[in-house]
Amino acid sequence: MEAEGAIQLTWMGRGDMSPGLLERVRRHVARTFDRPTDLRVVNGPPEDALDRKRGQYSSTKILRWIVTTMASGPTKVLGITDVDLFIPVLTYVFGEAQVPGAAAVVSTARLRFTYDERPASPPLVEARLLKECLHELGHTFGLVHCPDSVCLMSRSNSVLDVDQKAARFCRDCRQRLWELMDEEGDES
Amino acid sequence: MKFKGSILVVDDEEIVRDSLASWLQEDGYRVDTAPDGPTALAKLAQQPYDILLVDLKMPGMDGMQVLAQAKSLQPDAPLIIMTAYATVDTAVQAMKQGAYDYLVKPFEAEELSLLIGKLTDTQALRRENVLLRKALKRQFEFKDMVSKSPKMEAVFQLARMAAKSGSTVLILGESGTGKELLARAIHAESPRRDAPFVGLSCVALTETLLESELFGYEKGAFTGSAGGARGKFEIAAAGTLFLDEIGDISPKLQLDLLRVLDAREFRRVGGSQLVKVDARIIAATNRDLKKLVESGTFREDLYYRLNVIPVMLPPLRERKEDMPLLAEFFLAQFSAEMRKPLEAVSAEALEILMAHDWPGNVRELRNVLERGAVLARGPIITPIELELVQPASAPSPLGSPEPADSLKDVERKHIISTLRQHRWNITRSAKALGIDRVTLYSKIKRYQIREVE
Repeated sequence: MEAEGAIQLTWMGRGDMSPGLLERVRRHVARTFDRPTDLRVVNGPPEDALDRKRGQYSSTKILRWIVTTMASGPTKVLGITDVDLFIPVLTYVFGEAQVPGAAAVVSTARLRFTYDERPASPPLVEARLLKECLHELGHTFGLVHCPDSVCLMSRSNSVLDVDQKAARFCRDCRQRLWELMDEEGDES
Repeated sequence: MKFKGSILVVDDEEIVRDSLASWLQEDGYRVDTAPDGPTALAKLAQQPYDILLVDLKMPGMDGMQVLAQAKSLQPDAPLIIMTAYATVDTAVQAMKQGAYDYLVKPFEAEELSLLIGKLTDTQALRRENVLLRKALKRQFEFKDMVSKSPKMEAVFQLARMAAKSGSTVLILGESGTGKELLARAIHAESPRRDAPFVGLSCVALTETLLESELFGYEKGAFTGSAGGARGKFEIAAAGTLFLDEIGDISPKLQLDLLRVLDAREFRRVGGSQLVKVDARIIAATNRDLKKLVESGTFREDLYYRLNVIPVMLPPLRERKEDMPLLAEFFLAQFSAEMRKPLEAVSAEALEILMAHDWPGNVRELRNVLERGAVLARGPIITPIELELVQPASAPSPLGSPEPADSLKDVERKHIISTLRQHRWNITRSAKALGIDRVTLYSKIKRYQIREVE
């Protein structure tokens, strides 16, 4: 049984990931949402989420897998992976989340490159990953995309969009997040 | 959270529906999904959507077929075809059939974001325009009556003044112009609003029955009058007594009524005790009372007693500018009653409504729209769902009237033919003629029509 209202960051990559980076993300997430946040590693994502023709993993199938195997109670589970994610109609996605819900997933696959497909510097990748983790977790609390392009909750269709936004919620989204977290607390 | 709009995603693959719905929900849209064409059309018939995202290739009904039918159900909802087959042909065909755009799968998130964003902005503007148009359109109101016609505004002003006074009101107007509605509105706006509004149609009853209905009767006044009863004058007490079809009452009752209005008291049938009259009288007729006075069939003194505040309701053909407003008003009513989303009549349907002559006036319009509302498969009423009686210029089912036929003869023949057609069922015949039952009774009586089959 997880702690009440906790956040669970779960590494489910095919390759290696720097434990230092994940720890820094964990601390930032815990501070931002003021919730107990821990980090674990699982084998995954599941093979049936892989579309062999596309060479990409279905983010929707990974979400379903998280919901059925990991999510319980009010805990939010954010899967972090390095495989490239897609939904069938789109070429790729950075991540997907239930709005609101218990599960979200984020991929570093596209965050590791610049817009013109050169390798991005490690600090830049880390900053992007942190933003996307906070963004997807924001969805799980019920936040939707924000029209303010520098807000964490603005939609990112490319790494340029990710780079443009700040690692923080705008005033309105922060306010709304607190309200949503309060409502969630009342219900549980 | 600000409402961003609703989107219907139609795709036979569950994972496509779920993932696309999830992606759109992150943007704050309300998303509904359908696994096939028929389900999508059923949903379109039930509620309005701002955008439709439809897969081209689906088993059974494909995206093109959905597109064709969606256009008649929700003509204003832009439809985007999603296709994995990037042939120019299908794209061109889709656009020709009215698709707003098409996307070739898999597409860039940016492409979808831009397209959806642009469409929701346009839809928001459209909604705003509709609201503005509504605000501009609704000019004059009196209780449940709406109009933008200056003639009706004059009626409403007069009715408002009449409501404040306790004077007798005489409402004149063709059948279906809303005489009873206006009478009820006057009552509801008057200081008597908490007392009863009692209506009585003077044409549907025989003289004796009408007399006892109006004045009540004492025990033993006539055969079967075992208990005695209060009449409408007494029931209306401090309220309003609405006497409809006043032009059709017998000379004896005209005299009785005159006496009551003069003395403000009466005796029950078979009774000796005087009963005080406090009710305010609103009388109405679709007949030309002045002419009836001239021809000697209606008492002149009673006419002047009733004609204290005369209000003339114009026929619908003289206030056609009200057609869009009335259509919208009735659709909103039916939408609530039938729990069915009804937004408007289509431009073509409105043209048909404007061209019609409306002999049965607003009631006929209401009936036509009610039928349309029942039959409508979407929120927009189209010409198919409107069934109007043939305009006068079209060949009549009776055959061309003889040149010698007067208007009255033609009306008599038309009534007989309609009655036969409906096996002398008064309710159905009245509905078909666009008049109410009471008016049909009065016409049957006036034209001395008898059921001889």
